[in-house]
Amino acid sequence: MTAMACPGCAAAPTGPAPQAVAGDVLLSLPHIHCVSCIRGVETALAARPDVRDVRVNLTLKRAMVRTEASADSLAETLVGAGIEAYPLDVAALSAEGADKAGRELLMRLAVAGFAMMNVMLLSVAVWSGAAEATRDLFHWISAAIAIPASLFCGAPFFASAWGALRAGRMNMDVPIALAIVLALGTSLYETWHSGHHAYFDAAITLCFFLLIGRYLDLRARSAARSAAQELTALEVPVATRVTGETVPLAQIAVGDALLVRPGARMPVDGTIRRGASELDRSLLTGEAEPQAATSGDAVHAGEVNLTGPLEVTATAVGRDSSLHRLADLVALAEAGRARHTPLADKAAALYAPGVHILSALSFMGWILWTGDLRLALNIAAAVLIITCPCALGLAVPAVTAAASGRLYRAGLLVKSATALERLAEVDTVVFDKTGTLTAGTPRVTGWQKLHKDAASVAKGLGAASDHPLAQAIRAEEGPVAQITALREVPGSGVEGLWQGTPVRMGRASWIGAEPVEGLATYLQVGTATPQPIRFTDNLRAGAAELVQTLQARGLRVLMLSGDTTPAVNALAIELGIAEAEANLRPEEKASRMAALAGQGAKVLMVGDGLNDTAALAAAHVSIAPASALEAARAASDMVLTHASLMPVAGALEIAGKATRRISENFTIATVYNVVAVPLAALGLCTPLVAALAMSGSSLTVVLNALRITR
Amino acid sequence: MNVLTWLIPISLLLGGLGLAGFLYTLRSRQYEDPKGDAQRILDDRYDDRPR
Repeated sequence: MTAMACPGCAAAPTGPAPQAVAGDVLLSLPHIHCVSCIRGVETALAARPDVRDVRVNLTLKRAMVRTEASADSLAETLVGAGIEAYPLDVAALSAEGADKAGRELLMRLAVAGFAMMNVMLLSVAVWSGAAEATRDLFHWISAAIAIPASLFCGAPFFASAWGALRAGRMNMDVPIALAIVLALGTSLYETWHSGHHAYFDAAITLCFFLLIGRYLDLRARSAARSAAQELTALEVPVATRVTGETVPLAQIAVGDALLVRPGARMPVDGTIRRGASELDRSLLTGEAEPQAATSGDAVHAGEVNLTGPLEVTATAVGRDSSLHRLADLVALAEAGRARHTPLADKAAALYAPGVHILSALSFMGWILWTGDLRLALNIAAAVLIITCPCALGLAVPAVTAAASGRLYRAGLLVKSATALERLAEVDTVVFDKTGTLTAGTPRVTGWQKLHKDAASVAKGLGAASDHPLAQAIRAEEGPVAQITALREVPGSGVEGLWQGTPVRMGRASWIGAEPVEGLATYLQVGTATPQPIRFTDNLRAGAAELVQTLQARGLRVLMLSGDTTPAVNALAIELGIAEAEANLRPEEKASRMAALAGQGAKVLMVGDGLNDTAALAAAHVSIAPASALEAARAASDMVLTHASLMPVAGALEIAGKATRRISENFTIATVYNVVAVPLAALGLCTPLVAALAMSGSSLTVVLNALRITR
Repeated sequence: MNVLTWLIPISLLLGGLGLAGFLYTLRSRQYEDPKGDAQRILDDRYDDRPR
């Protein structure tokens, strides 16, 4: 589980970036794909006099620009040239660390590969019958290559094993480190006494295969992490002062007067000083219906201002804001989550002591039987090498790398290393309503039943506002009436004159209409009785299919929402979800998760709002859509980058397959051991047999893992 | 078999050259943008500041 990022940072308007200082600017270029795109971007930017240097990275779909200009103006230049571009928050991208770790691992891998090939060649000569002085020479050269190379390449394993031992734990790296050290030690001793068998090749091959596993693991996760970071970096945390000056959110203090334009998010908690508007609270509470707000009302960070500009006096910023208090709830929920033991650790817990006991037993047996310390030590080393968890070390990362790669292409970023294993155990799926099952954009119902004139007047009035309901009306078919003196009354509705008759459309209280159940706006022509225009929330693409697919697979599907009961029930009936709860507060959602877990259910939570973050963190495994707030994405294990929900069904399937492959891999590794260990303990395991067993099992495991990509 | 005293160092040296070459490409960050490099070679203009 990733650390909770500051949700306050996500609440600012996704508006203009703060003035960039001279230096590096990053632009995200989501749609570039060929050499002419690269050229287009580079020539368009290089043509500006204030750009010193520009380089496009096609793999990351980014441009790095050295300039004095602001990221915003650069993005505008590119949009002017017909290329989609968004400024990225450089601070939010910390790919450098993972990058460095990746390069370091690759370097160790290269050294191990080089040393392995050379030592192997020398070993082949020994296995083919080199004797006496020639054999000793080859052993000495092997030692000169393998000992420094193994110590250098095995450093990550030694460090991890030492850390585990100091903490009094066992992990997979303890037998690995011991096997490498013992193999090198006994081989050196044998070489010194011109013995027949040396395991230098085994020690370095071990490092090589295990490093491949490490590298695959790192690559798969850093790809997902950098994609998730890029989503975050697209949201630059800023606020606008009443003076019109745009400043970073961190510079805002309590008591400051801020301007929040229509369409922007509240950057802080506060009270409205001036202005009237409607607020979309869906991300905080799950309510789909916008609420009216006027001067004196309290606003909370994360709410979206819809119709009129608002002047807000900040009452709580940063750590004290309501957004941040939700973060504390998340931390609490995370602490309560049942600890999941990864499969690899479970295997290690069984395996590591077993290996050591076997090795110690064969050592004791041989020393009692023959009294030959050198022979006994040799055989103990052979047992350790044979049982060395090469295949086990590859079993999990090879599968997760292949599976995450496939999910990445399907539109899911896997952020957590054990998310796939946990996803495979899921038997209950909990959905949030607003923004998850629904797209968060309303749609008119019964438009055809509306009188022709009323419909055209509604469309005419709707043109005056950017309110989501007005946008939904504009999207409907039909002629548009000519409305004069058209004016938006922020927080209430729109009014105007149609053929000399005053017409109004807006909230029930403003029009004086009898409110109907559910989401609706009201239209009044002249002095006639106001008539409601009803709306329903648009379903997110794939929502209905997903629910059906999950139910067909026998999973229990629930809906937990903060929205009103009628809206929740209507959707539950439409989607065929039997268990739906409405009016839930964030902490109630989290406690429902705990209750389900208490019943023994493994819950997958899919949600996007701030009111879901605690539940996302408390669930066994969680998925947030890319449209979710940064806080919700940070709290979840996977991020859905597609607009459709359907990839979730595919993810469950792939996770199941991946877990089966992992256990198959464990079986393969065990079978190899069961065959080879008796040979080793009986002293029949020559270095040749060790090399064959190790490479054979590792290759089988990797090939089995790769089957998942098909 | 005396030829081995020459052949083994030579083979190690050649292999080491390959390793050093790989480490050089790694350090000079030539694996940062594999897709971009694959596309840039199709451009007929000369890239006078390659990275």
